[in-house]
Amino acid sequence: MKKKFLGVVLSVAMVATLLAGCGKKEEPAPADDTATEAPADDQSGDDAADEGSSSDKVITVGIINNDPTESGYRTANVKSLEEAFSAANGYEAKTFYSLKNDEQINAAQQFIQEGVDYLLLSAADTAGWDSTLKDAQAAGIPVILFDRTIDADESLYAASIVSDMDKEGQTAVEWLASQNLDEYNIIHIQGVMGSAAQKGRSGALQEKVDAEDSWNIVTQQTAEWNAEKAQQIVQSVIDSGEDFNVIYAENDDMARGAVAALDNANISHGVDGDVIIMGFDCNKWALKEVQAGNWNYDGQCNPFQAPYIDEVIKTLEAGEEVAEKVIILEEKGFDSSITDADIEANGIGDETAPTE
Amino acid sequence: MQKNTSKSSVANVFSGIFRNQLFIPIAALLLLALFNFIMDPSFFAISFGHNNAGNPVLSGRLITILDNGSELAILAIGMTLVTAASGGQDISVGAAIAIAGSVILRVLCGGQVSPEHLQAPIIVGFLAACIVAMLFGAFNGVLVAYFKIQPMVATLILYTAGRSIASWINNSQLPIVNEPKFGYFGGLIPGIPIPTPFLIAVLCMIVIALVLKFTNLGLYTQAVGINESSSKLNGLNPKFIKLLSFIILGLCVAVAALIKVSRVSTINYSVVAKDIEMDAILAVALGGNALSGGKFSMPASIIGAYVIQFLTTTLYKFNVRADALPAYKAAVIILLVVLSAPVVRDKLSSLGKKLKSGTRVKEVG
Repeated sequence: MKKKFLGVVLSVAMVATLLAGCGKKEEPAPADDTATEAPADDQSGDDAADEGSSSDKVITVGIINNDPTESGYRTANVKSLEEAFSAANGYEAKTFYSLKNDEQINAAQQFIQEGVDYLLLSAADTAGWDSTLKDAQAAGIPVILFDRTIDADESLYAASIVSDMDKEGQTAVEWLASQNLDEYNIIHIQGVMGSAAQKGRSGALQEKVDAEDSWNIVTQQTAEWNAEKAQQIVQSVIDSGEDFNVIYAENDDMARGAVAALDNANISHGVDGDVIIMGFDCNKWALKEVQAGNWNYDGQCNPFQAPYIDEVIKTLEAGEEVAEKVIILEEKGFDSSITDADIEANGIGDETAPTE
Repeated sequence: MQKNTSKSSVANVFSGIFRNQLFIPIAALLLLALFNFIMDPSFFAISFGHNNAGNPVLSGRLITILDNGSELAILAIGMTLVTAASGGQDISVGAAIAIAGSVILRVLCGGQVSPEHLQAPIIVGFLAACIVAMLFGAFNGVLVAYFKIQPMVATLILYTAGRSIASWINNSQLPIVNEPKFGYFGGLIPGIPIPTPFLIAVLCMIVIALVLKFTNLGLYTQAVGINESSSKLNGLNPKFIKLLSFIILGLCVAVAALIKVSRVSTINYSVVAKDIEMDAILAVALGGNALSGGKFSMPASIIGAYVIQFLTTTLYKFNVRADALPAYKAAVIILLVVLSAPVVRDKLSSLGKKLKSGTRVKEVG
């Protein structure tokens, strides 16, 4: 009897500690960098004084973004935001990263309750944000969308600084058309189906292929942003002996995989080669391939929204109206005329050893 | 068995074939081959040429299948042992490949993104990956063997966290190896026209065949899988055997990771070896191995792996619409898995027996 009682007490204690453990864990979860928050206050005060900045108040921003491991693009995006909204620049940033929309919404609500000054948002999904945005508005927190737009009324957010994926595709297709080939036989390697980048980049090409007789698609497959799958797809076309002279890959990784397949089959590519290679995202290494003439074109997807967001916040802080509510980032395409300065300014991914 | 003793009936052979575990994967392979032969005999053409570096290379769809199916075949070896010993599957192999690949690049690039020269010999990077992958295998193994957690639940932890760990190892950078020699493992060794991944896979097969032949690993694994407590009574240590199977799978993961990162000389943590765990489990199932553990056939699993790649290559050849691809794959796979399920095989072989007793007077012995 005694033993049984002891057992019950023990198991209750265990469950209790378990629950307590869970409860503790949940609290700091949305603010990933609680560790950096503490020193933020005093440090920023000093810096603001040094710079003689107009406001000595620390601006709190809640940043909701996709997970940095998603791609090289996202890694650069997250890093650039964290650098811009650092304590040294007079900001205190609370960050939350997830690829899931519902988790992002939860975090947004928490940020609103904590009373951040601004909410910066790159939503995983375009839908489902209405009520959250209304809550933010009620609490007087301006929301600034970056990178991706959402399906919500314009009055619900203060500004939106986004990429135009359709335009990226059009720029690339226009460049391809300017090559004046007699015939375009294209291997089209798509990203994850349904993603904004895939839709925009595929849409422009598809339109052109439908419109022109001399543009043909040899193969259209999704490699899901995966280099090896792209390699297999191109390998399959080579094995079948079909002719092609353009590879339109919707990101750099897939273009890399495609080139590996061509190298294996002794098919020349790039400037003066038999096959035109096109990629997207402008990773530094990819731009170097373009510069070396191994690839022909790389389309930009600009991850550097931070300076624009900073400007918007400064304007709002000064009590002024934002001149342009929707800012579409300028996104270029690069071919072999690219310079070292272009690579430095637009390439994503670090070349230097990370500090540890 | 009866086949040798007498010139037995066709039905007898029939039942014997059905009972053989190799029957279904080989039949599936032949079926796919026949289908391709009828549709387009050029599927089987193999040509000899040179790659951009001027090295000899064999090319053709069969070569492509052997090349791209290699990682899966290597993983199938480890997955078969895990399945047999623990009666469950490891769903973290894809994430573990990301980790092992990340370790290789971390060691070779020394923390830089695109160094001109390797910072360490390739073998060091590979050994480091082996150790890390085996440690993670051991982590899974301990959870399964000592804490008695369902294998799928235990490995769910690494499945969820693995790709983040991989990204963390390289500070979220995507390093690139510029040394051409590193590309040999996923491409070609100059002078040898056969893809290196296939050679590595064959090497792994030889090693595991020798291990199974000259050690008691196979016997012990099956004994543990069939009945854990009776194997314990017979002096085996079931916990250790289970742990060992997960560590061996870890080694397979490291080898597969080397091939994967070598193919493109870089890595993308979120997509490298995506969903490969499902294909590896499928290879074991296609091989007719009971997924609840116990008896297993290594060759059947390996052939199962190549069947999956054969199917993928076939679908690419026929240019199946991208978004419909998984549906076609699923349809074929359901058919194969049902046919190779032990229950169906037993039914088929008893059908064979009935056929025998129906056509012939009962033979003695």
